[in-house]
Amino acid sequence: MSKPIRLKTPLREEDVERLRIGDRVLISGVLYTGRDAAHRRLFDLIKEGKELPFDIRGQIIYYVGPTPAPPGKVFGSAGPTTSYRMDAYSPALIERGLKGMIGKGMRSDSVKEAMKKYKAVYFAATGGAGALLAKRIKRAEIIAYEDLGPEAIQRLEVEDFPVIVINDIEGNDLYIEGEKRYKKI
Amino acid sequence: MREIDVRLITEKVKELCIQANTELGEDVLQAFDRAIEKEESPLAIEILKELKENARIAREERVPICQDTGVAVIFLEIGQEVRLVGGDLKEAIFEGVRKGYREGYLRKSMCHPFTRVNTGDNTPAILHTEIVPGDKVKVIVAPKGGGSENMSRVVMLTPSEGIEGMKRYVVQRVKESGSNPCPPTIIGVGIGGNFEQAALLAKKSLLRPLGSRNPDPELDRLESELLEEINRLGIGPQGLGGRTTSLAVHILMMPCHIASFPLAVNIQCHAHRHKEIIL
Repeated sequence: MSKPIRLKTPLREEDVERLRIGDRVLISGVLYTGRDAAHRRLFDLIKEGKELPFDIRGQIIYYVGPTPAPPGKVFGSAGPTTSYRMDAYSPALIERGLKGMIGKGMRSDSVKEAMKKYKAVYFAATGGAGALLAKRIKRAEIIAYEDLGPEAIQRLEVEDFPVIVINDIEGNDLYIEGEKRYKKI
Repeated sequence: MREIDVRLITEKVKELCIQANTELGEDVLQAFDRAIEKEESPLAIEILKELKENARIAREERVPICQDTGVAVIFLEIGQEVRLVGGDLKEAIFEGVRKGYREGYLRKSMCHPFTRVNTGDNTPAILHTEIVPGDKVKVIVAPKGGGSENMSRVVMLTPSEGIEGMKRYVVQRVKESGSNPCPPTIIGVGIGGNFEQAALLAKKSLLRPLGSRNPDPELDRLESELLEEINRLGIGPQGLGGRTTSLAVHILMMPCHIASFPLAVNIQCHAHRHKEIIL
């Protein structure tokens, strides 16, 4: 297996262009957390023509609702949540410059189209590996929607956060290709 | 008559909530090892190793295996020769859940279905109570995540669809769920009873240790056939392709109405959490 690619955020267009499905990537820099309720709010702000609570250009959103951080730890358990629930909101965010999303599970055609058109990628982190992934988070700070509890938007500083490219800018999908390769029916 | 104070049950439920969420069972870890041996995809092997490493970190550092610490599903078997004293049993169990999720820094995931406002303490728990012979009380805490539960189904097949129809439905359900329920999964199948009993059978079947045989030879054979068929789908760990889509299929069956063929498929993610105690 090839060695993982190291990427720093914010992502530039050329970073995204060279990624292909199946690439293992270690991300260092900043991730923004956001899941169901936060996406709803970001989407509503866009619809109303208002400014978002952070500059989304070149950024990566991580679909996660962590456990509370115990005393002495930066973050709680922090694996990805299933992404399809964000599908209705993602194209609008990608159009405004979002370059990456981290979650688990297949995306809709409209999200894949938006990734092709505006050059963004979708990564998967290992679902259920919340204890392992939390160790790669070095700092965390709530920047919006504190009232949403585990769904608040947090700015995470990460080091070598491990992900795999699921959808690239050419419209490929690792879930479809991987299954095809190992199917025996 | 033997007396058990419900405050003891509160303490035990609290401990079991924390234990279940931080200590993955030995049977699951062994199932990962068996899967690594059989797996053909290098990426899948990496992921299975990552899951073992994750379980090790969770146990050593007392952090949850998965951030979705789930709905607290609790099975209670109360011996008919036991008298429960010291308060309201249901309230005692809910208090155990509240304490466990607060003191264990577990995520509170219960909310109002319409407004989505969080109840704040992970109650209500889902409680299944059975009265059994004897003078003991058995408490099983089985936290269940949303991702895999969302992929589960109950269906009322027609009797004419038979075993083949049942198998088709189970395999199709796993196929359509793809990567969403966090494979490698465990597939709980409940057959017969009625609408709600089928679902409960499916959920209960998950409590059997991984790697154990079904005591009913016919169901044991069906479990093997279904597992083989599911693992030919190619979905693999995390849906990235591979041999290990599921670690096991477990079936519980009981008679049903002459007009019905109830079937439930309860999908369990690899963070297969349950702990029990006998008081």
